[in-house]
Amino acid sequence: MATRAQHHRHATPEPADDVVIRVRGLENRFGAQVVHENLDLDVKRGEILGVVGGSGTGKSVLMRSIIGLQQPTAGEVEVFGENTVGGEESAEVRKRWGVLFQNGALFSTLSVAENVQVPIREYYPRLDDRLLDEIATYKIVASGLPPESSSKYPSELSGGMRKRAGLARALALDPELIFLDEPTAGLDPIGAAAFDNLIKTLRDLLGLTVFIITHDLDTLYAICDRVAVIADKKVVAIGTIEELVALDHPWIQEYFNGPRGRAAEESAERAEAESKTALSPQDATKLTGSDEGA
Amino acid sequence: MSFLIGIVIAQQGAIQLRQFGAEVYTINLVGRLTFRELGVLMTAIMVAGRSGSAFAAQIGSMKLAEEVDAMRTIGLAPMEALVLPRVIAAILMMPCLAFYAAMMALIGGGLFSWLSLNLPPVTFVARIREVVPMTDVYQGLIKAPVFGLIIAMAGCFQGMQVEGNAEAVGLRTTSAVVQSIFLVIVLDAFFAVFFASIGWI
Repeated sequence: MATRAQHHRHATPEPADDVVIRVRGLENRFGAQVVHENLDLDVKRGEILGVVGGSGTGKSVLMRSIIGLQQPTAGEVEVFGENTVGGEESAEVRKRWGVLFQNGALFSTLSVAENVQVPIREYYPRLDDRLLDEIATYKIVASGLPPESSSKYPSELSGGMRKRAGLARALALDPELIFLDEPTAGLDPIGAAAFDNLIKTLRDLLGLTVFIITHDLDTLYAICDRVAVIADKKVVAIGTIEELVALDHPWIQEYFNGPRGRAAEESAERAEAESKTALSPQDATKLTGSDEGA
Repeated sequence: MSFLIGIVIAQQGAIQLRQFGAEVYTINLVGRLTFRELGVLMTAIMVAGRSGSAFAAQIGSMKLAEEVDAMRTIGLAPMEALVLPRVIAAILMMPCLAFYAAMMALIGGGLFSWLSLNLPPVTFVARIREVVPMTDVYQGLIKAPVFGLIIAMAGCFQGMQVEGNAEAVGLRTTSAVVQSIFLVIVLDAFFAVFFASIGWI
């Protein structure tokens, strides 16, 4: 898979600076309410970017604008060098991204395996069923679900499992870029940590670029390379957590230096000390597979 | 349902017609009314209540769960995957159901005539074949797919309009049913005028 991603990189002419998502002057308004104004954002290839912001600052709206579900009032959005404003992007670009919505957004009338197969069928209608089943099982296992869950329906799954199944579907076409909308919200702390590890492992293995909207400080500390802070209708700061903490912005200070921020920082440091070595993919699968089964 | 309606029409018709000593015309009443109007209208109302509301609720809850958005990001067009199959199904099934409903109403009317007016079924069927022109049957069968289209479109449209919370699903489902029944009846009136003007009386 990694080689495939490599292949894509060489095949398409793209800006040399390796920016996967480029947002310029984005403006979103709903009636009189202005959500974004003159918002700029660059996401680099291969990074895990966390997007944070208070409730109602338009994190989800930003994601929806990037993937073409929300028509911005003004501004430019490019993904892989192609304009996506108003859902104008080509199938070629859609094939290279995967999206995990907040509650998984699985198709409720289809089983988990069928859900994973939907994007594959859409782009490769000629594949035979046996191969589709194999791919689906592989993706389901890679997302940390037990293989027997592939025949289950979304209503039979727990919230955490639904998110994993949604991730399996987002990964179905071996994307280069995945969008995650609050992947750890509503998960128990163990499940959330396992999910974080899973995402990091997948990034390391597949060279994914990851765009995460999150409220979870642990996620930010544990896996994000850079964090973009949305406040005052734009991205007020973007950088590593250390860089952000050094900034003198009231919301950022409150966010990272509040009691929860400190606790998350400490636990991240502890985890760092405990496991200096990176998790091997087998470990990650074991870890992620076990918590739901218990 | 239609069976009962058939009985009611026959019974009420018989009571009124008895005043003129024209009870035998009950058969005309039941036969013509069911094929032209009642079969298809009753079916449309039932389908609107059952399928139109289901369409709105299904698509609405899919919208709430972001399933519709997920389809768009995958590149599936919700129109093709969600709306089109439902519209086609409604268009195809409405004529069958309308015809079935008309037959059931006839049987109800026939049964009543037999038991209470002493008209044997053979006479009833023979009279029906005499007094109901084929154009009556055509009228029902022409209207049925159009009503199916309207019901499915109203249901799917309302479903797609759902936004926000679960309450919206309920509201949209209600308006899907109200809207489609209203549109069906208005259109039925136009059809009546139209068929009269082309001489299918």
